[in-house]
Amino acid sequence: MLRLISLLILLALPASAAEEIVLGLSQDEVAITATFEGSEILVFGAIRRDAQPPDGLLGVIVTVAGPDTPLVVRRKERRLGIWVNVDDVKIDAAPSFYAVASNAPLGKILRPSEDLHNRISIPQVVREVGTNVLDSRSFSAALMRIREHDGLYQTLEGAVDVSRETLFETRITMPSNLTEGSYRARIFLTRDGNVVDNYEVAIPVKKVGMERWLFNLAHERAVLYGLMSLAIAVAAGWLASAAFGLIRR
Amino acid sequence: MQIYLPIAEISVNVFLLFGLGGLVGILSGMFGVGGGFLMTPLLFFIGIPPAVAVATGSNQIVASSVSGLLAHLKRKTVDLRMGSVLLVGGLLGAAMGIAIFNHLRALGQVDLLVQLCYVIFLGTIGALMFIESVRALQRAKKPGARKTRRKHGWVSTLPFKMKFRVSGLYISVIPPLAVGFFVGILAGIMGVGGGFIMVPAMIYLLGMPTKVVIGTSLFQIIFVATFTTLLHAITNETVDVVLALFLLIGGVIGAQFGTRIGLKMKAEQLRVLLAILVLAVCFKLGLDLLIKPAEVYSIATGGV
Repeated sequence: MLRLISLLILLALPASAAEEIVLGLSQDEVAITATFEGSEILVFGAIRRDAQPPDGLLGVIVTVAGPDTPLVVRRKERRLGIWVNVDDVKIDAAPSFYAVASNAPLGKILRPSEDLHNRISIPQVVREVGTNVLDSRSFSAALMRIREHDGLYQTLEGAVDVSRETLFETRITMPSNLTEGSYRARIFLTRDGNVVDNYEVAIPVKKVGMERWLFNLAHERAVLYGLMSLAIAVAAGWLASAAFGLIRR
Repeated sequence: MQIYLPIAEISVNVFLLFGLGGLVGILSGMFGVGGGFLMTPLLFFIGIPPAVAVATGSNQIVASSVSGLLAHLKRKTVDLRMGSVLLVGGLLGAAMGIAIFNHLRALGQVDLLVQLCYVIFLGTIGALMFIESVRALQRAKKPGARKTRRKHGWVSTLPFKMKFRVSGLYISVIPPLAVGFFVGILAGIMGVGGGFIMVPAMIYLLGMPTKVVIGTSLFQIIFVATFTTLLHAITNETVDVVLALFLLIGGVIGAQFGTRIGLKMKAEQLRVLLAILVLAVCFKLGLDLLIKPAEVYSIATGGV
């Protein structure tokens, strides 16, 4: 609430641009703990302007993107009666997580040229590289379909609430199977489909505590980690046997 | 209750993991199989990445096998000498199997190879075991049926004979070494302990008594699984200790129950049940290959 008040104070100050975004986030980072079950980030802000709101349809688009990773999409085909991977397409970069929320259908508040330039909608953030497969389009479509089904790619049209053409807010739900890294939140302000302002902020997503310690150990002291895992296994096996021996006596 | 797994990078239900571990543990204790051929596909099914599932599965097998082996040691149903001979062959075979696996991964299509291996070996072994043990059950029902002594034929002509007192055998070390080696290769490729191949091989090829086979198989599996776990932890860094912990708590308890159930049952009944289980897994995996998958596309991340 305090943040909202300070935002309102900021609004009163004179500004140079016609319309500008002032932003707040409910949390600065996402900590993955042992009981992590996904996270919800509240993105809220205000539009600062020094004159009366100009004419034209107002659009507010909020995107949250996970780190980009290269990947391979494979397609199965029937060969000799069994289904095997035949063709594959390398995807140059695709975010591990991507959510795009807007106050109205993207087609109404965003021109295709602006979408292409700013890479806002999901098809624009999945980039494919040169391939010898003819229908490479269907591979990137499959990638989007699978990730949308898993809740990793979300198109949330109408999820941004705008009140009095000034205040806006939306909630982005992040699933529990998040990849670590620096997430990027972007907010676009559009008038009649043209981007008039944008704002960008990083949200670090990282493992903490026990999770962090185990992850580091597994990657930096692999031998020790392996021996530790085995010791736990042997000890557990012996304990169970000893415990059952006692019960039977 | 959900828990986030640090290496698998996914959040799963704790009780689901206990249940999976317990189920596989019971089977492990009953049949002397590590349960890897069940655990690995089950972990895939709940969404654990394949590399993590294979590596963590082998760690879990160590735990349930130790638990089961200790129960068998108390009953003196372990042929340590036979187990050691099998183990020598097994470790050599596992190293070879992992080399083959890595070579094929470089060529691609390793998933297909693993699946085909499962279907072929589970199918063959399951069918043979099923037929044999049903016949044995029928024989046992007829009163006065004579017990046929198993003949070893050419096996008995091989040199380097050794006395295996617990098994009541006096045979050459070459067949057990070869069995261990062959099972080791498959274990390396399929990412399992190899018990489901080892158990029938010991019964039908080496002619060991069923009661001794299970404890001996567990003894050998512990070392092969330890070897593969370490190798996975060091080269791929894919052992998830949190996942393993929850699986093995269920697993070790299950193994104790399984061992007791197994000792109360007749050897032929055990074999029929194991055969049915093996055939069921084979059938499921075979269907996956034959039926058009719901999603023909799949995503692979990382440097594949």
